[in-house]
Amino acid sequence: MDIKLREVEYRYAAGTPFERPAITDVSFHIPSGQYVAIIGHTGSGKSTVLQHLNVLLKPLKGEIEIGSHTIAAGRKEKNLKEIRRRVGIVFQFPEHQLFEETVEKDICFGPMNFGVAENDAKNRALEAVRLVGLPEDVLKKSPFDLSGGQMRRVAIAGVLAMKPDVLVLDEPTAGLDPSGRQDIMNMFTGLQKTNGLTCVLVTHSMEDAARYADKIVIMYKGSVHRIGTPRDIFRDTDSLTSVGLNVPETVRFQQSFEKRLGRPLDKVCLTPEELAAEIGKLRGEIS
Amino acid sequence: MMEKIIFGRYLPSDSVVHQMDPRAKLLFIFAFVGIVFLANNVMTYALIGAFTFLIVFLSKVKLRFLIGGLKPVLLLVLFTFFLHVFFTKEGDILTQFGLLTIYKGGVIKGIFISLRFLLLILVTSLLTLTTPPISVTDGIESLFGPLKKIKVPVHELALMMSISLRFIPTLLDETDKIMKAQRARGADFSSGSISNRVKAIIPLLIPLFVSAFKRAEELAVAMEARGYKGGEGRTKYRILRWSMRDTMAMVFLVVLSAALFILRSY
Repeated sequence: MDIKLREVEYRYAAGTPFERPAITDVSFHIPSGQYVAIIGHTGSGKSTVLQHLNVLLKPLKGEIEIGSHTIAAGRKEKNLKEIRRRVGIVFQFPEHQLFEETVEKDICFGPMNFGVAENDAKNRALEAVRLVGLPEDVLKKSPFDLSGGQMRRVAIAGVLAMKPDVLVLDEPTAGLDPSGRQDIMNMFTGLQKTNGLTCVLVTHSMEDAARYADKIVIMYKGSVHRIGTPRDIFRDTDSLTSVGLNVPETVRFQQSFEKRLGRPLDKVCLTPEELAAEIGKLRGEIS
Repeated sequence: MMEKIIFGRYLPSDSVVHQMDPRAKLLFIFAFVGIVFLANNVMTYALIGAFTFLIVFLSKVKLRFLIGGLKPVLLLVLFTFFLHVFFTKEGDILTQFGLLTIYKGGVIKGIFISLRFLLLILVTSLLTLTTPPISVTDGIESLFGPLKKIKVPVHELALMMSISLRFIPTLLDETDKIMKAQRARGADFSSGSISNRVKAIIPLLIPLFVSAFKRAEELAVAMEARGYKGGEGRTKYRILRWSMRDTMAMVFLVVLSAALFILRSY
């Protein structure tokens, strides 16, 4: 499902003395089946953009096209439920949303709100729990007896069980251990590749953006700073640092390597594996 | 939605009211609560109403914003108004339909009581709008300081108050966040029958309680780690200063109550 934002503007606490602009003139396109990363410094408006994607916030100006629905400023919307089923959001620290007595009931909460029958929902819960890499017996446990990392996985399973077409992820791995982090990120890409899921990832990790994204949107002070493929974006490291972002480790390594080498490599490498292969090619040339 | 609530919020500014000593403001409000009950006729209500608007003007808080914030309590005010209209049997009969008889005295009483209510809410919300919560509790601690002599844990009570005031915005933010997360999972908080709506609150309340308890524990640990041990021998970063302006406010208050006293017998 395609999502298109056109000149979207939003202000917090509009009409009160606390009013402050959040995002202005944000336009970009999330093509169906792609993996789009939104990066930006804290307070750049990433999370605000994200809440527009399933109409938790409505634009004050501009419009958003979500599949066949168009959300425009100042219009009453009816079919929000349908949009919310198709666009699942995993919020930052999603474990804070757990509330049921058992993990199973909590995962079923989403699907059943969208009208899935109880038995069906239970099957989905089982499937989702397997997908996030938890043993089946957690289903009968209380979510509050689990460790932080397990709670995070349960919360993610709760969104996956809704079977959304678009999965929006707000820092899904913040605070997880490195191996758990990788498992979860790989699971999302797996779903994107095999089920044709559209993924939108909001992240602080340039490494994740470089490794997983097909397209990167850089936000800066509430507006879109740049849009491009990871190779485009990370080639221009000055533009990145000018908006307070880091350069991925791999790219930094490649740059100092190129300085020593005296000439650039064939392409900007986004992952350590890619860089290793590229450097491996040189070995043939030198000897 | 949460953005519209003004109770307990602070609106920074440099107005005269903002600069007053919190103790003066607190004394003022305690006195005001009493004085409002002196008003009993059109003259006195006009006087105290004008006085309230003078304070609002001095505080530089936008009237439109204040009135917007009063909306949640308006229902309560209307309720009391109609209670008086229907149940006071004084003065001439205005209209009569069925079992209901509306007397002139009832309408007047209803208006007066609602006004009293509104003025009180207006002035008390001005206190929090113009005073940072920390200053409010500092003021309370200082005003009730003498009670320490009879073993009242004034400092601890003030601390409890400042902590709870401090966490109101945090909890509101948290509520908003969890609400959004559950709405993203298809929860519906704003439509359906009453029993459905009450049920819809459970996915909101439980996470809120869990995080509030967690937060309390973390706060306690953090305070202990920094060696907090209560009021004895603790110095203050913000020292309260009573200035001319505060004395003036008190004098003003005395004049106002005297004027009300005289006018109420007319």
